[in-house]
Formats: sequence, C-alpha cells, structure tokens
Amino acid sequence: MQLPIITDSSDQALLDRLQRAAFDYFTAYSNADNGLVADTSRSNSPCSIAVVGFGLSCYPIAVERGWIRRELAAERVLHTLKFFAESEQSVQPEASGYRGFYYHFLSMRSGRRAWQCEVSLIDTALLLAGVLTAAQYFDARGEARLRALAQDLYERVDWTWALNHGDTLAQGWTPETGFLRYGWEGYNEATLLYVLGIASPTHPLPPESFGHWTFTYQWENLLGIDTLYSGPLFTHLFSHAWLDFRGIRDAFMRQVGSDYFENTRSAVAIQREYAARNPRAFAGYSRDLWGITAGDGPSNSQKALTPRDRRYFGYMARGAPYGPDDGTLAPWAMLATVPFAPEAALYGTRHLLTQYPAVCPHDRFVSGVNPSYQSNGVAWLSEGWYGLDQGLLVMMIENYRSDLVWNLTRDSALFQTGLRRAGFAGGWLG
Amino acid sequence: MTRSDLLYLQRVRPPDWVNPVPRAQYDLVIIGAGPAGHGAATLALALGLKVALVERANLGGNSLNAGSIPSKALVRSGRAFEQMVNSPAFGGPGLSEPAADFRAVMQRMHAIRSRIAESVSAERLKGLGVDLYFGDGRFTDRHAIDAGGCTLRFNKALLATGARPRTSAIPGLAAAGYLTSSSFFELDRLPPRLAVIGGGPLGCEMAQTFAHMGCKVTILQNDPKFLPREERDAAELLSLSLARSGVDTRLNTTIIGASARDGEKFIEAENNGVRYTLAVDEILLSIGRVANSQDLHLEAAGIAAASDGHIPIDDFLRTANPDVYAAGDVCMPAKFANVAQASGEIAIRNAFTGAQLRHTAIVAPRCTYCDPEIAHIGMQIWDAKRSSIPVHTYTILMQDVDRSITDGRDDGFVKIHLRAGTDEIIGATIVASRASEMINELAVIMHVRLGMRELAGIVHTYPAQSDAIRLAARAYMNSCRGPR
Repeated sequence: MQLPIITDSSDQALLDRLQRAAFDYFTAYSNADNGLVADTSRSNSPCSIAVVGFGLSCYPIAVERGWIRRELAAERVLHTLKFFAESEQSVQPEASGYRGFYYHFLSMRSGRRAWQCEVSLIDTALLLAGVLTAAQYFDARGEARLRALAQDLYERVDWTWALNHGDTLAQGWTPETGFLRYGWEGYNEATLLYVLGIASPTHPLPPESFGHWTFTYQWENLLGIDTLYSGPLFTHLFSHAWLDFRGIRDAFMRQVGSDYFENTRSAVAIQREYAARNPRAFAGYSRDLWGITAGDGPSNSQKALTPRDRRYFGYMARGAPYGPDDGTLAPWAMLATVPFAPEAALYGTRHLLTQYPAVCPHDRFVSGVNPSYQSNGVAWLSEGWYGLDQGLLVMMIENYRSDLVWNLTRDSALFQTGLRRAGFAGGWLG
Repeated sequence: MTRSDLLYLQRVRPPDWVNPVPRAQYDLVIIGAGPAGHGAATLALALGLKVALVERANLGGNSLNAGSIPSKALVRSGRAFEQMVNSPAFGGPGLSEPAADFRAVMQRMHAIRSRIAESVSAERLKGLGVDLYFGDGRFTDRHAIDAGGCTLRFNKALLATGARPRTSAIPGLAAAGYLTSSSFFELDRLPPRLAVIGGGPLGCEMAQTFAHMGCKVTILQNDPKFLPREERDAAELLSLSLARSGVDTRLNTTIIGASARDGEKFIEAENNGVRYTLAVDEILLSIGRVANSQDLHLEAAGIAAASDGHIPIDDFLRTANPDVYAAGDVCMPAKFANVAQASGEIAIRNAFTGAQLRHTAIVAPRCTYCDPEIAHIGMQIWDAKRSSIPVHTYTILMQDVDRSITDGRDDGFVKIHLRAGTDEIIGATIVASRASEMINELAVIMHVRLGMRELAGIVHTYPAQSDAIRLAARAYMNSCRGPR
C-alpha cells in the first residue's frame, strides 16, 4: 500500500514527487507511434492537442530534472512534430486540421479528427506554444530538424483567416458550419493565442487585434481586491505557464497599474477569500482549501439539494465568486499557482492532501473532488487523470523552482515579438 | 368576455367612441397614445396647449397592452409558483409540482391590465381636455394629419407610434404558427411545451415564468449569451438561473426551419454543427421590435423613415420637418416605456418652451424581470472604452449582503462603474432579486451627481438589499485608504 504523500516531507521533496508523477502522465498515456497524448487516462480517450502542447513543454523540464535523456526527449518531440507536419490539413471532415490549425481532439491511433469536434484556435495555440518551447530548448546542431519542423508548423498557421474578416479571433471552425459563434467577452486564457498570432511572420494578426481583444476587460474591486476578473482559475494560469508576465505590461495593465502576474496573485486571493466566506456552505472550503476552475464534476445530471440553488455539474468551467460553483474543487489547482502565491499554494496543497489523501492516487492529482457530494461518507472523486492538469502542474512547479519555461520564452525572439507588438513593454522586455 | 375585459376595452378603446369635431388648428397633434404620446399629451395640457391625440389601436401602447404590464403580472404568478416549490427551504410545506390554474393566472393579468388602464383611459384623457381620435393617422401635408377622416391642422406634431414585434423569415414558421408579444398574452391555456425563440428581456422573462408554472420551456438564442446588451457576468448568472428554473437553454443556436403536424409544432435547429428537431406545442417569437413608421404618409410631411423603419431625429428629437418631433420606440434605440415617456416630455419642452434638451442626455435605468432581476443604468464598460473613459468598477456580491442572506435571495451583485481616479459614477449593473427597485437609487445618485465619497456616508436601512450600494461606496473608500 502506498504511503500518504503528506506528513513531514520538505517542500522540495513534495514538489519532486508530484512534479515527476505529473510528468509521467505524458509517457504513460501517449502513443509512441505518433507522439499524441490522451486527453485523459480513461479508456478510449482521444488525444487533446492542448495536452500535446503541454507535454512538449514538459520534455525540457524532464531533461533538466534527469528524468529522461536529452536524446530520447528530442527524439520524442521530433516524432510528434513529424506527425503534425505530415498529417492531413484540408477541408475534409476527417483531416487532422485546416489552415495550420488543428482539431481540438484527434484519434489517438489515426491522428484524425475525433468527435466531430471543432478546429480549435486556443488549443492550437497551446499546442504551438509547446512546439516552440521545445524548439527553443533543443538548440543543439543535431536537433536542427526539430527546430525546422517547429518553424514550419508555426509559419503555416493562417491567423489572418481565423479573424473571419472581424477584429478579433473566432473560437473555432468546423467544415460543416464554418466559424463558431461562441463569444469571447472579458478576460480569459487567450492572451497567448494573440501573442503567437501577432508574432507570425507569414499570416499575422494585426497588432491592433489585441486592443480589440482587451476591449471588454473590466478592472474591478471584488471582495475588496482589485482585479481583472475571470472566474475559473485556469484562465489565470494557461498563458502564464509559458509567458513570464512579471513586470511587463500591456496598455490595459499600464492604465490600471498592475500586470498579469500580479493579477493571478489577485485571483488566488479572491479564491481564498471566497472559500473562507463560503457562502454556499460547501464542505471543506476554507482559506486553505480552494481551487475552483474548469474540471470534472460529480454529474451531468441535475441533482437538486437544499438550499434550492445547489446543483451538481459534470465537466465545466467553474468560477469564483460569481460561479458556477457546486462544491467541486480541482485538487491540482492550488499547487499550479505556486509561482504566484507559493505559501498559499503549498500550505493549501498539504492541507488538501491531509484532508482528502485520495485526491492524489499514485502521486498524481485527479481532476476534481467534491466533499459536498458524498456517497457512503466518501467525497466524490473524479476518475483517472486529465492531461491538461498534469502538464500545467509540471510547468508551474518548474517555473517556481527554476523559471525554466519562462526563461525559454523570454529568450525567444518570436515570443518577444508577439508581446511587443501586442503592446507589452517594461520589465524584462525593456 | 369577462367584466374586467369589458372594462379594459371601455378604457383603452371604447366601442361606442365618437371622434370629436376637430378644431381649426391644434397647437399639438400626437400620433400614438403609448407612454411617449401620453406623457407628451399630459405635459402639453399642463402647458395650456390645445392637443389632439390619435390612436390606431388601444390606448396605453405596447407597455400596457402587450408588454411591461401583462408580462410583469405573469412574472408575479410565476414567482408564486416558484416560491411554493421552494418553500421547504423556509420551513414551508412545499409542493413538488403545483398545477397552475392558468385561466386564473390570465384573469389576474387581465384584471391588473384593466385596473392600470384607468390612468390612460379615453374618459380620463377626454376629461383632461385632450381631443382623442381613434383611427389611422396620416400626414396630408407638412402641417396636417388625417385621423380617421378628420383633418387635424397643427403647429407642431409628435410621432409616437411605437414599435411592433419583429417577425422572422424562418422557413415554415409562419405556416406552423407562432406567437409574439402581441398575441402571447391572449393565451387561454398553458402549453405543455413552449419554445421561446430569442433571448432578450421578454423572451427570458416568459421562459422562466412559464417554466415556473410547470411548462416545459426551451429557449433558443442565436447569440453566445442571453441579454446581449448586458455584461458577461450578468448574462452568465441569468443562464444559470434559467437552467435552475428548469428552462432548457440553447445558446449559439440557429433556427433552420419550422413545421406543424398533428397538433404539434417542430423547430429545426442547429448548434455547433449538430442539427436537431424540437417538438413543442407553442412557439413564442421574441427577437426584438421594429419601429412603426409605415402607413403614416411621412413623405407628405417631408420626412423619410430609415431603412429599418426608425424615424431619423436630431439630438432634440426633431425630424426632417422642424415642426414634427418624434419620441419613443419609433425613433429611440432603447425601446423601454420609461425612455419613451421621458423622450415624449423632452420633445414637448423643446417644441414649446424654448428648451434645448437632448434625448442623448436621458439616463434611464432598465431591468429584465427574471429571478434574479438584471438592471442597468448609464454606461457599460464598452461604452466607456469607446469614449476613452478609464473605468474602475466596485462590486459587492449579494451573497455578502445581510438582507439578501436573510431573504434567501443572495444570487447576484451590484457593480458600480466609476471614472477611474475619481468617485464619479458613470454606470451600474445590479443583479438581485430586487434590482428593479435598487437601480432607482443609482438613478437618483447619478442625476444629482453624487459621488462615492458622499454615498459611503449615507445611512441605509438595515438590513436592506440596497445596502449593497452603500457597501460598494465603502469598498471605494477602503481602496482609497491604500491597496490590500
């Protein structure tokens, strides 16, 4: 029987175990033939291209941590990039992508579109961020092919097309219906998407598209804390996994006198304050137990409890303090904020692991736990693992420990160009 | 026809009405007896003017007959059912599925409409000295209007003809049959299944209300969110609230077609590439309103309507004919009864008192009467951005307001938008069970230009939901004392 992870481990030892276990997801749940990584550990899970992007970003970390030989890591990355370079890009409904973008989910085996899903812009951006991060790291002469493929993949993305003649990007596209109409309003995880699109040397987004994108941002004093609000915690972390926002500011942040790193700290403070107030009286919530974000939940069915407004949701983007909130916490989320609020993240994680040790089977966090939804006295627990959670954790723990990913993108002319064109200045950007 | 129906008719369109003999010349002729026309007529009389009022249909306009009043009467009934279902949370007995006596619900609505109609009734208007004409009003030249065969010569005229429900070219919909606000309030039975096409205020209100009464409701919205004029956080709370009420919410949905067969209606819809068919008993089409400018012979007065039916006006509500003004839904982008009434009064002041009041200066609150209610006044964030006004918003969540907690109604928030670096309030959104009342405090505050500093010191009743407004001001004061 495995010992509980908690007790008196030092922070470094705790991080070692959790980070390594999270990385191992990418070797355990990938297809060696094409490099694709499963969205979840559940059987028949398709590949999520975003998870691939996280995985590619984790290989440099694994090399530096001594978990994998550099040659093997480079080979795996190259293998993955070859698949994407060679997979079908066309309007055919079963292609892998279109105009350089990729379908959100692909068959693990064939690499073709799965679930009739959409060509996803944000997920393609997360994939490309991983591609480019790996290319930045694998800089040896013998790794030139990897870098060339990465550049090809990036340069063939037709960002201009994805504007669909508008000022801002659509969320996605399908061959059946064209561009999706899902609206973006307010702050969310897509800063990285614009930075990459604006930096393109071939089909760039106009720099002013970022201004259009931030047009609906709202600087808000919420629970006594000034913030650019977005409910789900992951929206304050995804772009930040790659981009070091410390001290660099775009026009919006210059105006309000903050930056996106500080804003994530505010998001953490709001989550903690909300959990402390715990207006819906959910079990477990406290200033040291929080993490309300997108993830798996107890049920897609609507199970009414008292008071009248309590319901449980399946996989969805939960948020605080506006909701939706059904008492489900993402066990990985506190630790993923460790570069921003290390004390709160580490203390909260230890508290979680003490209270609910089952959230971390084999040292790897599950997607969700809901202490308010109990069966036979046991809190509901999500089955298996989600790749996004694992990749984000590996990267954020590393950024906390060594700034490795942040240093790679800071040294990248491409990322620098995108940030500058989007209007970022100051700090390390100069 | 019930007694209240007869009374209603007697008030808004007396069957035995005889149009008066016209005067040789009127100071003011108004076409349209809704909130804009009625407000204008009342003010004009107070100014001592000779006034003629022409109405094609019923007095009271859309608001009384097929809008604000009947919808709010039904909303109240819906709330009563919702409260019955949820009464166990308050120690009550609870009813899992209260069966609505829909006939009684509609009778109540008709009685309320009839009662409120008294204030705009033909008899009252006549008693005030208005020459009231029922019939179509049409210009015959730049200073004359034909009203049901009578020629009314005027010094000034006001077009207040309102707006009508927008129709749709959805294939098959007309043949399948659908309701609009014009016909919805005449329903005589609760449809077991209702599809609401359109996620604006009326569509959302009726979707939730009918769901509360036990109808299986599906609301289909073309846009990514309900209430596109409201901000994301408000619209998302509404989505959750509708779902909690049992409404099947379908955003980003395109209606492809409709049909009817064997007493059922079918809607073909598509979302994210997936097509499906929805079977219902009734369809409410609620996709906005179109200005009533047709059949007015505007060209005789030297006026041309815009392609969307709006009558073009300047800031002072003058049309292309300087002696003809317009007010209310026929010309204003914000189609609300309070805006209509305010604009009608502005038009009269500008036309007769030498005032130079701009309709663009109207700061009118609006509200969608769902549960929770969603109210707004002044600028949205995007309005401020377009005007290059930096904004700092102060938010209080209703879950932190004591009265909301005691009421068991703690969904929502108060957001007050300030010009950044100042305490000047430029707009506010309130989502709360009593937002329609709370927003009026903001209306007064903004009208007298009270800043957050003074507001923070104004003692409110305790506990009260409106205390959230004071708490927002307190949050402002706290932030002025230093960052947290």
